[in-house]
Amino acid sequence: MQIRNEHREQGLIIGIDVGGTHTDAVLLKDRRLCRKVKIETRTDHLVSSLLEAADQILTGEDIARVDRITVSTTLSTNAIIQHKINRVGMVISTGPGLAPSQLPHFDNLYALSGYMNHRGIEAAPLKSRELEEIMRDFEHKDILLAGVVGKFSCRNPQHEIQIRDTLEKRVNHISLGHQMSGQLNFPRRLATTYLNAATWPLHCRFIRELNQFITNRGITAPVYILKADGGTFNLAASASFPVQAILSGPAASVMGTLNIVTPNEDAVVLDIGGTTTDIALFAEGVPLLEFLGVTLGGYKTLIRGLRTRSIGIGGDSVVALSNGRPIIGPERKGPAAALGGPVPTPTDAMVVSGRLNIGCREAAVAAMRTLAEPLGCTVPAAAETIFNLTCELIADAVKDTIEEINRRPVYTIHEMLECKTLIPKAVYVVGGPAGMMASDIGKCLGCPAHVPEHAEVANAIGAALARTTAEVTVLADTERGTLTFGEEGLQTAISPRFTREEAIAAARERLQAKALSLGADPDDLTVEITEDQVFPMVRDFYSTGKNIRIKAQIKPGLLFRLEEGGPV
Amino acid sequence: MTGSIKKTGLIFFPAFDWAISPTHPEREERLLYTQDQVFEEGLLDFDNIVEYKPGIATTADINRTHICVPDARAVVTDSHLISAGGAIKAAQVVLDGHVDNAFALVRPPGHHAMKIVHGARGFCNVNIEAMMIDYIRSRYGPKRIAVVDTDCHHGDGTQDIFWHDPHTLCISIHQDGRTLYPGTGFHQELGGPNALGTTINIPLPPGTSDAGFLHALDYGILPILADFKPDVIINSAGQDNHYTDPITNMRFTAQGYAILNDKLAPDIAVLEGGYSIEKALPYVNVGIILAMAGLDYSHVREPDYDAAALKQTPDIDRFVEKSTEAAYQLWKERHALRRKLVGQNRSMTRRKHIYYDTDGISEGQEETVLICEDCGGMVTIDSEADTGRHIFAVMVPYLACPRCRHAGEKAFDQADRRRFSTVYFQDKDRDSFQVK
Repeated sequence: MQIRNEHREQGLIIGIDVGGTHTDAVLLKDRRLCRKVKIETRTDHLVSSLLEAADQILTGEDIARVDRITVSTTLSTNAIIQHKINRVGMVISTGPGLAPSQLPHFDNLYALSGYMNHRGIEAAPLKSRELEEIMRDFEHKDILLAGVVGKFSCRNPQHEIQIRDTLEKRVNHISLGHQMSGQLNFPRRLATTYLNAATWPLHCRFIRELNQFITNRGITAPVYILKADGGTFNLAASASFPVQAILSGPAASVMGTLNIVTPNEDAVVLDIGGTTTDIALFAEGVPLLEFLGVTLGGYKTLIRGLRTRSIGIGGDSVVALSNGRPIIGPERKGPAAALGGPVPTPTDAMVVSGRLNIGCREAAVAAMRTLAEPLGCTVPAAAETIFNLTCELIADAVKDTIEEINRRPVYTIHEMLECKTLIPKAVYVVGGPAGMMASDIGKCLGCPAHVPEHAEVANAIGAALARTTAEVTVLADTERGTLTFGEEGLQTAISPRFTREEAIAAARERLQAKALSLGADPDDLTVEITEDQVFPMVRDFYSTGKNIRIKAQIKPGLLFRLEEGGPV
Repeated sequence: MTGSIKKTGLIFFPAFDWAISPTHPEREERLLYTQDQVFEEGLLDFDNIVEYKPGIATTADINRTHICVPDARAVVTDSHLISAGGAIKAAQVVLDGHVDNAFALVRPPGHHAMKIVHGARGFCNVNIEAMMIDYIRSRYGPKRIAVVDTDCHHGDGTQDIFWHDPHTLCISIHQDGRTLYPGTGFHQELGGPNALGTTINIPLPPGTSDAGFLHALDYGILPILADFKPDVIINSAGQDNHYTDPITNMRFTAQGYAILNDKLAPDIAVLEGGYSIEKALPYVNVGIILAMAGLDYSHVREPDYDAAALKQTPDIDRFVEKSTEAAYQLWKERHALRRKLVGQNRSMTRRKHIYYDTDGISEGQEETVLICEDCGGMVTIDSEADTGRHIFAVMVPYLACPRCRHAGEKAFDQADRRRFSTVYFQDKDRDSFQVK
């Protein structure tokens, strides 16, 4: 696919990441970074920052040559964290199991008595009387958004669909649980569906504003939104699933780093900021995803997302002493002392030791002295101690993260004996102090460290280069004669002789169609089978069928790799 | 719910790529729907429920517990080593203090595997709880351990392994042996002469429901445990008492299992049998996990649950009451019974015939134990199977007295190598194993 691209006329590609502090934009031309823009984000109106960055990056360019634009924004993320989201009526069917008191709490919750069992067989039907009551209450409370979630709905979506058909006329939007993910986890499905419905109005407004802008500027190129899994989907598709776009910021940086990661290699990516350091991992060159989904604002979700861990250590972390030993972070009390901050920080240690030349060296020395005296050493020695400790703590957190992944349970003898483990061969460091700390962190981890070119706009590069991702979950139950596409809400009849190969083919076909509808490049539809299990079904000592479980994905990756060079 | 929130370790190993044979109940699919239900309930997202990866047991772990013929590697597959490794992991996380209790939701099961292993019986090759118990003692020192076997089938393997061990209390409640495999587990099976009363059986009639099981718990098991004062309580948690189980005849429910585990409060639970893989296991396992973690299990119910249809008859009430009372009386009178049984004997011998139904092997055994006031007593076993293998095993018990140790070493030394295909020496006290 890369070879084919080289023959194709390369247009302009734009990537924009609207972060909490900065909005970054890049313009790619002929596989090279052609221009980069960094502006401060207007937190009161994120869209205006986005449009301003877009205008700046497009200045003097031929609009007609723009091939694609990908946008990553913290709009929904912020709204969720700040609880500025809309009221949602949650209609749920729980069936037996966990007590309702243990489920995530929602203000407007309506529980139904009908439910499906674990095989997707209706155990109790829906009652129309219950639905009518809900309709009345919606009207009474003026609820205009709804989330409908059934236990095991990804095994059989019929109840959710039936409820939607009834409620549709009454509300502006309904999010259905089974469409969120093919994964089993009812509490997470509830949270995901709720957030999707709750952010829907906000996202619709965003789409409207963005569409207005591209129309005004005469842009005809497709516009994509970056998702938490480091993949993209087009604006139209995003309208139904706004929640997939949360936490795309960290994903953007990781995808930007992927540009220089050696293919097929295990690696670590560190994004060292002022307050925190984000840790991400690549397994055989592919960014690791969260097993079930990302967590945001206290909500555990089923949103596919890159697995990132954040620790409270950054360049501006407070350095204090506890029982005569230095402690770093997790707080930040302002910039480094060298830049007028109130307390010593790792950045000051780097200034004192000559690794970094910014701000007022005297102020940094004075700050370090407050540590050197109680530590009973010289100021340079204290700076060295603090610097080394910072690198070690970050490296330790990386080791913990790797260990946690390697400890993940497996459920087959084959995997248990094969015992595949993640062993990073390189560490890639981005963020402010990257250049100063990379090699020391690499030493602690026992592998070479690299600082990518244009690291300060890795997020925008990641957005620009990310490919469209998609996933499907297929369950064939030949005893019942059903083939279910979990998140598609689709169930078809199959013969008792239906095979694993046919299930894989069905998954492949469905996935490719889905990816195309989300805006994927028809030349870039490499399907990866991520789960492939066949269970002979035995009832009373007789074989009665097969339970075939297939998951397929188009994994996160880049449209192409950027050539080196570009503006400094 | 009686207790407060507890931190519970879950060792889940469904062995999705292993079956005894293509249509055997002990098959790949067995824990599939349990996994689905546990995942869908989101149980692993609870802060107080932590999942651990099983370890892989070693042949040393097997030889600490069993005498395998011809050797450990020959009688197990990798699946057994992981299943036993899962049980051992459960013990580790509890005894190391990482969690308050743990549930090894693993397969294949083990409670029909006896001391001597010529092959597989009752779907079991090696006894995973027994290996776990011996592991606990080898690693964590002397512990009084109680095993409560709540599988529908008599836990005859566990009973056999700890028959002479006064430090291990084995209580089994099960469907009456006259009506179900393995046909044992009657009141009068009380343990060997040095450990009389630390084996207790409470047979229950077919048709016993929640009320019956909980009666046996309240009036038999719990009072006996209160007397024995174990350091560690283990639930050998079979799930085949369920009213939908295809190979048994009881009427126990998911609610009943949850209440039982709540009241019993085991430190460690290990899955045993249970073959109603769709209608029972998903609900029973969710119930047990919630109960162990101290979470509300009152909403765990099978879709087809019908309290009226599952009520036990008055006849069964009376049978259960009598059976429980008989077991409790035997426990109370154990010291007097022991004096009567031992009399002036210096050693005692029992002869057993064992059939390995899964592998179709027949074995004859002669087991001799030294009468001892100070320890479990040195044991020798002469065992011959229709595979043509004839072995002799000498076993020195955990916390052996000098006399029994000396007698054991002498017996191993003097055993005639030419008469037997192998002669074994298992020293639980020094955790060593030799063959000649």
